[in-house]
Amino acid sequence: MIRFNKFSIIAILALGFVIVSCDKKDAPSDSFDTSGTYTQIDQMGRPAINTVFSSSADKNAFNSTEPSKMGTAFQSKFQSRLLALNAGYTTNALTQTASQFTTLLATDVLNVKMNGTTTFFDGTNVLTGRALADDVIDVELLLIFGGPTGGSNPGLTKDNVNANDKSFSSTFPYLATPF
Amino acid sequence: MKKKLLLGSLLGVMLVGGIIFAADHIDAPAVTGSGSTSLGNDITDIYAFQSPSDNSKMVFTMNVQGLLSPAATAAATFPSNVMYEFNIDNTGDNVEDLVIQCLVQNGKMRVYGPVAVGTPGLSSTVKTSGAVTEVSVTSYASSTSPSVATNSNGTRVFAGPRDDPFFFDLVRYLDILSGAQTGFRTTGVDTFAGSNVMSIVVEVPKSLLGTAASINVWGETKTK
Repeated sequence: MIRFNKFSIIAILALGFVIVSCDKKDAPSDSFDTSGTYTQIDQMGRPAINTVFSSSADKNAFNSTEPSKMGTAFQSKFQSRLLALNAGYTTNALTQTASQFTTLLATDVLNVKMNGTTTFFDGTNVLTGRALADDVIDVELLLIFGGPTGGSNPGLTKDNVNANDKSFSSTFPYLATPF
Repeated sequence: MKKKLLLGSLLGVMLVGGIIFAADHIDAPAVTGSGSTSLGNDITDIYAFQSPSDNSKMVFTMNVQGLLSPAATAAATFPSNVMYEFNIDNTGDNVEDLVIQCLVQNGKMRVYGPVAVGTPGLSSTVKTSGAVTEVSVTSYASSTSPSVATNSNGTRVFAGPRDDPFFFDLVRYLDILSGAQTGFRTTGVDTFAGSNVMSIVVEVPKSLLGTAASINVWGETKTK
């Protein structure tokens, strides 16, 4: 009797396992929840824009503003922030006035060229994408502090960290393994 | 030693709160709270570049949850209530025309698209009509052999922990802002050395992105 019960239990367990396995194999799409409406929390295009140019009070609002509406909402504030960081700003190495530079930055998208080199800046190409190894901070420091020739405020135009602490891979997914 | 340095950097970042300058790491109060839900929302960096292995393809990367110490990385996850969405404008008006939506549930990431956005803006529903690519989220323990899935349309996807590719002497910059220093060090110190992020990498054929000569790209996290 005891033996029979044990056998039954094993049989039931085996049957249960088969049923569970079938569920997993046959209906993966049914177990993936695609319902509901998702509401925006964070947004980012170019590096460091919200952190540098938005006031504390505006940071959440910037993250939940559509890029096509950012210029109207934030350009003049960004210009004030630029002139607070660098009171001597005239133009930058891209010959942009404070108004032109902050008009570009306030619409926080990455401009990406579909053919050819994709880089934030590589000495030749400007704002054609963002590659992993790009020294984006130096580019932004140079444009904020470097003046029309890039030679102004030499202590502020580069941080002298010129590369990542791990090298990138030439094969997918390209980013380095974690520490 | 590395852990100690990282801890020091983290404390520095926490102490200065709202005035940090770090790609987009913890850039706003709504994404700075404790707990994985709010950290999972926080985009640290967006990258868009031509594939190093195939120039007919474009690579989009979204990193979230910055400043993960090695000790904290194994436990880091992509919350299941977050949509990680790449937005692509191919008509020059800074309104998204295409989206790539990434959802993570039960250790799997599904990537929907690129697909026409339908209704652009701050709210999204899952665009299930587009191509779907599913990949297992790579665990910290298996990060040297990443799980990669390839769709028959040529899309490749990855999700899991990676080294944070961002580099910056943030500590010195903060000293400059506070007036304690007047310029950068002659040899900078990368505040992000030794720290990890949770990374989503999507490589798509350029032919799926329209025919424009240039596009505008941005990343969004959305929750439900």
